[in-house]
Amino acid sequence: MIWETVRLALRSVRRNALRSFLTLLGIVIGVAAVIAMLTIGSGTTEKVKADISQLGSNLLIVRAGRPAAPGSGPQQTIRQFGDKEVAALTAHLEGVRAVSPASQKQVRVVFGTESLTSSITGTDNAYLDARDWKVASGRSFSESEVRGGVNVCLIGETVRQQFFGSGDPDGAAIRIGRVSCKVIGLLEPKGYSGFGQDQDNVVLMPLQAFQRRIAGNRDIDNIYVAADDATPTQVVQTRIEDIMRDVRRVTADREDDFAVRDMTQIADAMASATATMTGMLGAVAGVSLLVGGIGIMNIMLVSVTERTREIGIRLAIGAHEKHILIQFLVEATVLSLLGGLIGIAIGLALAGAASLALSIPFAPSLAVVLLAVGFSALIGMVFGFFPALRGARLDPIEALRHE
Amino acid sequence: MDTAPLIVFDKVWKTYGQGEAEVRALAGIDLAIGQGEFVAIMGPSGSGKSTAMNIVGCLDTPTSGRYGFMGTDAGRLDRNRRAVLRNLYIGFVFQGYNLLPRTTAAENVELPLIYRGVAAHERRALAMKALAEVGLEGREHHTPAELSGGQQQRVAIARAIVTRPTLLVADEPTGNLDTARSHEIMQLLTSLNQDAGLTIVMVTHEADIAAYAGRTIAFRDGHIASDTKKREAA
Ligand SMILES: Nc1ncnc2c1ncn2[C@@H]1O[C@H](COP(=O)(O)OP(=O)(O)OP(=O)(O)O)[C@@H](O)[C@H]1O
Ligand SMILES: [Mg+2]
Repeated sequence: MIWETVRLALRSVRRNALRSFLTLLGIVIGVAAVIAMLTIGSGTTEKVKADISQLGSNLLIVRAGRPAAPGSGPQQTIRQFGDKEVAALTAHLEGVRAVSPASQKQVRVVFGTESLTSSITGTDNAYLDARDWKVASGRSFSESEVRGGVNVCLIGETVRQQFFGSGDPDGAAIRIGRVSCKVIGLLEPKGYSGFGQDQDNVVLMPLQAFQRRIAGNRDIDNIYVAADDATPTQVVQTRIEDIMRDVRRVTADREDDFAVRDMTQIADAMASATATMTGMLGAVAGVSLLVGGIGIMNIMLVSVTERTREIGIRLAIGAHEKHILIQFLVEATVLSLLGGLIGIAIGLALAGAASLALSIPFAPSLAVVLLAVGFSALIGMVFGFFPALRGARLDPIEALRHE
Repeated sequence: MDTAPLIVFDKVWKTYGQGEAEVRALAGIDLAIGQGEFVAIMGPSGSGKSTAMNIVGCLDTPTSGRYGFMGTDAGRLDRNRRAVLRNLYIGFVFQGYNLLPRTTAAENVELPLIYRGVAAHERRALAMKALAEVGLEGREHHTPAELSGGQQQRVAIARAIVTRPTLLVADEPTGNLDTARSHEIMQLLTSLNQDAGLTIVMVTHEADIAAYAGRTIAFRDGHIASDTKKREAA
């Protein structure tokens, strides 16, 4: 009996294929948005986790400014780091593998007729250590290049591909902003980070060269510290805080004017940003599911009216109210379930495309898919109920007289 | 064997509207129809024939008075109970055939069996048999649009008899058919009445169609004007 009704419903949906499809758009879009969003979200989370474990969770980043809660507004006056903070950490910090200053700026890089906006980092060789980056070909900076601030640079894979294809960039002179810079090495490709950043669209140059020719000041944005394997990051963090307070003369009664963050804190901040975005997309999806539901209600009312005579015949022949109710309820459910399935397919396709483009893992969840199936069926039942009841309550004589 | 009549009208009134606009479609009808009868109902347009048929077929209930069907007080049953009565004991044939469009003859005939909960293969077999009885072998998979008027009415009759009902209610079954087709349908109904003992109540405007029936009741203004039985001589 129920199978019979489902077959009947499918037939009726097929008969009005275009109309059915248009009706379903709301559901399709809503479900596709939810599925794509959740799938990309869990892929990103996986990637972030993988990145953190790959970085070694022993990386700490020190930056100037109050240790603000993630998402709070900008701070008025920030006392930037200078050489003395780096010198103090290098001299006194124990239990670490590397300490490295790093300043960053997005700058247009040009070679020949090609150009690319890239993340330029002024730093030293310890940065490679701290971040566990390797030089694929060429060499890292020499002692004298770092000390003298010579215009040499290491480039990432994205920069190489943009300018040299698969060729060897060694010795080429690229222009960074207004400065000409000799390429001395190529970094190993690292792909996108969990935060959607291309970690290969980078250029590293000696800190002094960066400060003088690119930034135009002597500020140091971040100090990267990598704890050694024997020392927990918590311990290193406390030691950094002690040294920094001393160097920057932060007395016990004042708030720190610097912040030490480890990768898990950064990941948490990232996760809360992702949650906000998920919430917003969820609202969009909710609205479009509501619109979809109303669309289904509308089309079912039309269907009941169009088929008044059919309902009259069925009632005359001995159908109960509940038979008619079930028939139209099943039809509405089949309709919205169909929308849900199309939505799931589109959502997964979008998530798949996104995971290829951002090189994050494709992480579809069976639970999410089943939830979407259940939810779209529920929408059909809820919004199909009123039209179905209306059909079931028709007077058979009136219905039979209907043209 | 003398049993209680199948159909009993006891001072049945049916009125539509209120006050000034009140229409008395049936004005105190008394009537009894026995099992196995073939009754033709005649009368001018608006005299209440269809109204009476709807009550006989348990589609409608009287405004006042009592309608008894198979010993039950059918006029007082709720719509779902009347639906069960219709499904179990009554077949309908309408002037406009009333088949489901884009649905094959066999599927149309199966319809009442679906609401009885008959299994699919059994349903199909019963539908084929009923279609054969009305002379439509080979047309089982045609849709109404692919059938002539007479053939469509045969499908409707097959649908009405597939449940082996006690009563067949037919409101102007030949109203849309030409003379030759009309007589074919009437021969079919006559044989269902005589061979299967099916009780038939039929509305018609034509005397030669009414002549197939054993009893003719004439309506006028919601009253019964005459009620005549044919002599069992011919
Ligand atoms: N639903 C209704 N509402 C109001 N008046 C109705 C309704 N149904 C029937 N009537 C009225 O009741 C009277 C009897 O109608 P009925 O349909 O029984 O006539 P009939 O004998 O079948 O006529 P015809 O030969 O034209 O089919 C008519 O005056 C009609 O206008
Ligand atoms: Mg009539």
